[in-house]
Amino acid sequence: MAKYILRRLSFLALTLILTSLLVFAVTQFVPGDVARIVLGREAGEEALEAFREKFGLNDPLPVQYLRWLGNFVTGDWGESISTRSDIYPIVMERLRNSLQLAAITLIISVPLATLLGVIAGLNENRLADNLISVASLSVVGLPEFVTGLILIEVFSRRLNLLPANSSVRQGTPFMDALPMLILPAITATLVLLAYIARLTRAGVVEELKKPYVRTAVLKGLPYRTVIVKHVLRNALLPTITIIAISFGWLISGLIVIENVFNYPGLGRLLVFAIDRRDLPLMQAVTMVTVLGFALANLAADLLYAYLNPRIRLD
Amino acid sequence: MKWNGRCIISESNNTLLSIRSLTIAYQHGNEWLEAVRDFSLDIGHGETVGLVGESGSGKSTVALAIMRYLGQGGRVVAGEVWLNGRNLLALSPTQMRHIWGRQLSMVPQDPLSSLNPSIRVGEQLAEALRHHMGMGQTTAAQRAVELLEMVRVPDPERVARSYPHQISGGMQQRVMIAMALGTEPQMLVLDEPTTNLDVTTQAAVLDLFRELIQRQNTAVLYVTHNLGVVARICNRVTVLYAGEQVEDAPTADLFRQPLHPYSQGLLDSVPQLGQHKSQASLQGISGHIPALGERPSGCVFAPRCTLAVDECYEKRPSWESLPNGRFVRCHRWAEIASGDISTRHPAQASTPPKPQPQSQPPLLTLDNVQVHFGLGRSLADTLARKPPAKVRAVDGISLTMQQGETIGLVGESGSGKTTLARAIIGLEPRTNGQMTFCQIPLPPTLSERTLETLRHLQYVFQNPEEALNPYLTIGETLRRPFITLLGYNRQQADTAVRHLLQQVKLPPHYADRLPHQLSGGEKQRIAIARAFATNPDLLIADEAVSALDVSVQAAILNLLAELQTERQNALLFISHDLAVVGYLADRIAVMYVGKLMELTETAVLLEPPYHPYTEALLSAVPITNPEVSQEHIRLEGDVPSQTNVPSGCPFHPRCPRYLGDICANQTPPWQTTRQGKQIFCHIPVDELQQIQKPVLREHHASEAHNG
Repeated sequence: MAKYILRRLSFLALTLILTSLLVFAVTQFVPGDVARIVLGREAGEEALEAFREKFGLNDPLPVQYLRWLGNFVTGDWGESISTRSDIYPIVMERLRNSLQLAAITLIISVPLATLLGVIAGLNENRLADNLISVASLSVVGLPEFVTGLILIEVFSRRLNLLPANSSVRQGTPFMDALPMLILPAITATLVLLAYIARLTRAGVVEELKKPYVRTAVLKGLPYRTVIVKHVLRNALLPTITIIAISFGWLISGLIVIENVFNYPGLGRLLVFAIDRRDLPLMQAVTMVTVLGFALANLAADLLYAYLNPRIRLD
Repeated sequence: MKWNGRCIISESNNTLLSIRSLTIAYQHGNEWLEAVRDFSLDIGHGETVGLVGESGSGKSTVALAIMRYLGQGGRVVAGEVWLNGRNLLALSPTQMRHIWGRQLSMVPQDPLSSLNPSIRVGEQLAEALRHHMGMGQTTAAQRAVELLEMVRVPDPERVARSYPHQISGGMQQRVMIAMALGTEPQMLVLDEPTTNLDVTTQAAVLDLFRELIQRQNTAVLYVTHNLGVVARICNRVTVLYAGEQVEDAPTADLFRQPLHPYSQGLLDSVPQLGQHKSQASLQGISGHIPALGERPSGCVFAPRCTLAVDECYEKRPSWESLPNGRFVRCHRWAEIASGDISTRHPAQASTPPKPQPQSQPPLLTLDNVQVHFGLGRSLADTLARKPPAKVRAVDGISLTMQQGETIGLVGESGSGKTTLARAIIGLEPRTNGQMTFCQIPLPPTLSERTLETLRHLQYVFQNPEEALNPYLTIGETLRRPFITLLGYNRQQADTAVRHLLQQVKLPPHYADRLPHQLSGGEKQRIAIARAFATNPDLLIADEAVSALDVSVQAAILNLLAELQTERQNALLFISHDLAVVGYLADRIAVMYVGKLMELTETAVLLEPPYHPYTEALLSAVPITNPEVSQEHIRLEGDVPSQTNVPSGCPFHPRCPRYLGDICANQTPPWQTTRQGKQIFCHIPVDELQQIQKPVLREHHASEAHNG
């Protein structure tokens, strides 16, 4: 097992190095001169040269890359071009928000989707299965701004239960922020629900056909034991992977939802950075996102290996 | 009621399981088609009954119906299954949960997929014990280890902690047996439990079954297609064909005098150990089993029966009860019993034994051929410069093949026989050694070989289902070798294809068919036809008949022998089945983990001395002849992995005649016996001659089935 973890960790490191190279390369491909972009059209040649000298833009590329990487690892993420403030605290604040929302979403969606998927799978092609499939698929087809607006209309305007605006201020304690998180989390859940439920259903249907289920039934074990102990253990394995991928999406991909609810997450920060051509900020958000994806996948792989003894062979 | 008389007998015999007129149907679209019709059987305490039939006969359907596990597509239309005085078919699933495991258990065919991959073996055994026997956590875990010990699993504590994929196939099947017997059921259904095992492992598992069944006085229904297995383990046999019971008799009686033409055909299809093509061709059964819904209304076997008369097509025969406890479903059983008619025609030699002129140059020579491959290394291992683990699939084979000769290559799975064949054909480049073909050096890979060489060196693969392109018609498949290897034009090729189809005994219009429209046997004929298209000097057939039913297998074996007589090509025939190899081959090469152990003329195969491995193989082959008794030699353990080949003689860790350090440390010498056998062993041949008895001995039939 130790060897397996070590191997996965080395893969993680490789992934991160590769993405950092790509992220760094992007800054080189962007048309125009960075100094010119930063200092503006009126800047003189002297000022530009001084800027380039100051930020090492005249150094060879590998040197620039290593310096950038070194700074990044030590937490020196530079200054935002558009807001002129330190990037690190901004990104961290947004990351915290995104993680909160992701966590709430997973807490709602994973048990619900898994349960629906298992019920559907155990009742393959029967009423319960068809109802669940139709319901979850019709919801997944709706864009997030539609479901989000409907939720706001119902729960906020009509019932007045939850706030429509989720613009959490910096430093708000989690418990105070919680009511603001629920509607965006439900919106994200409606997107994830169908994916996770369908995959779980497929897993259950596939496992139920396997001969070991027959063995378990013919041992005379109670139905519950057969399903919970024998079937689900194997059927839920693929679900773990999709949850990990969802986690990555929840951290950085909720651009629409964050906009609808005015929620200060990483996704909106990325859009902001792109709007302003704020390269250092874009780099930082991208790296954080990739790191989140990679760690979620690592966690999924390890959990998968823990639950699936066949993996550990190699 | 035909079985009334039997009922009375059975009750006094203490019948445990009683199946009455069971009829089972499967759903096809909107129709329900009968898969099994009117099946009746009684099994008493301690009795083992064999249920025999080819694929499609419905034998597994019967087994699953008894277990009440037919699945959604299947339904019992009529009949009763009484176990201990309760009709199982009337019970609810909840009630069945008290029967499953406690009174009725099953051992399935494929142990690996039948075990939960992510639960430890010990727990899979223990959970049933806790549930049925009321044991606590620790007691059940201890008992699980004891059960593993009972089925002779070495190091049972370690196995209990293992996951199923970490133990060998033989061990997995032992675990399944322990699981089935652990809760001490009175009735056991075994569905082809040894079919996927090597012959030596199968023999050991069968011994185990016999012993445990006797000890627990369990009643057993043993479902199998293998008559040799039936002969070894069953008291009675029921023969099933196309869902219809055709014969039921005590084992020895059935083997001595089968009364139904299908039973006769089944028995004659399987070559006996020691039977050779030069004596007689196999009788086999022409045609193939009808699909569900296409079964004839009279006798289901009539279309394939050589004795069928008009009545057989018109009227379904009844289930006749004969005075000596036998049953048969045939209009003409009385004539067959009296010997007036028989499906068995007088022996005809299919091939004249051909003299081997030694003066001719050899067709194929192999000199110290090795095929090693490296396993994939992990990134970490590569960085640490660890050498890759070597798989020594073929480890120094030298062999000479004459023109027109048939060599049989036998060995258990993992012996490297397929890799050797692939090295000869050029699909798996050899890593060392020399080969010549027609006295010309043979390059290792296909791309280096000339068209002329490819033309004369052809291959028939094991599984005809996968060897034919499903999108090409048979004609297109067969045309290819003529056009690419022989340079025929389209018209010439079409003529040649028609001729070829005729030679493999298929009608010419088959050229327009697609593979899925053919039966398994017909597909294998096409694969053979394709290989013979270029009139090769050497044909390699890798397990070419092992995926086929025995009646089809017989026809294919005859076809191979016939074509070979006509064309005078040499044949390298690879099989795990010693009887089949012995039937077809002039010489036999026995292989074990990449090395040859013995090389012998087939005629003297059964005469001692043998290599100890050959001796064990011969003693493990299931024999169907009740007049013959067999030495009892069983091997411990499993075939070693090719990554970790034992030093010295690779067979030494399992050898029952192990001498000592010399076997473990030194490579054995090749010795030649008086009959010309070559044996790779440290034990001097004279000594082997003294200590070994003939593995098979004819004797009086009464002793055969007592043990």
